[in-house]
Amino acid sequence: MRVLVVGGGMGGTIFANNLARRVASELKSGKVRLTMLSASDKHIYQPGWLYVAMGRMTPDELEREQASLLEPGIAFHVDPVETFHLAENHVTTKSGKVHGYDMLVISTGSRPTPQDVPGLTENSVNCYSAENALQYFERLNTFKGGRIVIAVGLPHKCPMIPLEVTFAMYDFVKDRGLLDKTEFYYTYPIGRVHSLENVAKWAAPEFDRLGIRHETLFNIKSVDGEKAVVHSEEGSEVKYDLLVAVPPHRGQEVIEKNGLGKNGWIPTDRYSLHMEGEHGKNVIVLGDTTNLPISKAGSTTHFEAEVAAENVASVIKIGRSVRSYDGKVFCFIEAGKDRATYAMFNYTTPPQPRAPNGAVHAFKMAYNKLYWASARGLL
Amino acid sequence: MSERRIVDARGSFCPGPLMELIVAMKQMQVGDTLELLSTDVGSAKDVPEWVRKVGHEMEGTEQDPQGTWHLHVRKKK
Repeated sequence: MRVLVVGGGMGGTIFANNLARRVASELKSGKVRLTMLSASDKHIYQPGWLYVAMGRMTPDELEREQASLLEPGIAFHVDPVETFHLAENHVTTKSGKVHGYDMLVISTGSRPTPQDVPGLTENSVNCYSAENALQYFERLNTFKGGRIVIAVGLPHKCPMIPLEVTFAMYDFVKDRGLLDKTEFYYTYPIGRVHSLENVAKWAAPEFDRLGIRHETLFNIKSVDGEKAVVHSEEGSEVKYDLLVAVPPHRGQEVIEKNGLGKNGWIPTDRYSLHMEGEHGKNVIVLGDTTNLPISKAGSTTHFEAEVAAENVASVIKIGRSVRSYDGKVFCFIEAGKDRATYAMFNYTTPPQPRAPNGAVHAFKMAYNKLYWASARGLL
Repeated sequence: MSERRIVDARGSFCPGPLMELIVAMKQMQVGDTLELLSTDVGSAKDVPEWVRKVGHEMEGTEQDPQGTWHLHVRKKK
């Protein structure tokens, strides 16, 4: 069987390594061939950009050579796919090579598109790339006081980021002795301060305790850089001195260009993780690339990839898949520089986050290092 | 000619039905309609609240025997 993985991010990497371990003897005998195509030779631990923006990590700590993370037996090529020929079971790459497959796994991720909101790119900072996180740190490091506005676009990757940047900046400003000169103004698209009701029930009183103002039902419409004002779809406007954005996201252009899904999100069965439609039988979609109504985050992709790898391995060994994805997500929530909590949930069970504490924060800091074991499919 | 979309947000705790609806509405044309499927009881309240605030139109809300809410919205602007 030829298994082709498109995308070398968290989903594709965990899937490929997990599968390679399960079918090690089949890979060795040549019964299975496992190939990964990626746009980059680097693997980035993207959640680390939050710490870069706060001056607590540097971008090089968050990078590894992708080839160094992969199990022996996985053929890895830096040669992104340009065209999907699903009816003929092959793809063509930027270099012009053709790769056939019996099972295709698409895990191409998402990309921030601040350009979808007029004025947002040039007037805000964000932590959705190493470069942007460094710019964010520069702005924060030279901040002398004023109003910091947090504005959130939809859909976005990492649903915890709006809260995390707010609490992290609060501690940053407090440590600089600027709290009495700073006003925090948090905005959020729906009628509470976070999409998860139980997280919102914890976060709103925490905002009140810290004096962080919050406005809900606020969807960014545009930013007027000259007047330093953010306008919402709902008709309100907020002045800012520093605008921190959680920009809207889209799936990758290659998905849109190939007509696989509107805005780059591929219609996907929520349990089997197979692409919907006539060609979905041998196409699996992972992570941000799906159109599933669940968090776009590594903490989702990780569990999807494990289910998908077990299923592909069992198809190879016994001719059928054995597991359904239950919607499992596990997200850490940093609640400042030295405390954190977490949210674990699935399609049927909402999360019950506990009060943040130092122990969960310490575990999160450890996980930032342990991630490389996760990517290797070990954790 | 206006289009009709269905957004299946059953079982969605995060980002949740209202965020799924907001995202979908951005991709629609004025006059298009959307049916949101939700198993979150809060949707019956927070979806109409947002729809009214932004200036779209609620065309109906009902709950089926399985407990799923069906919320019908028309894009007006």
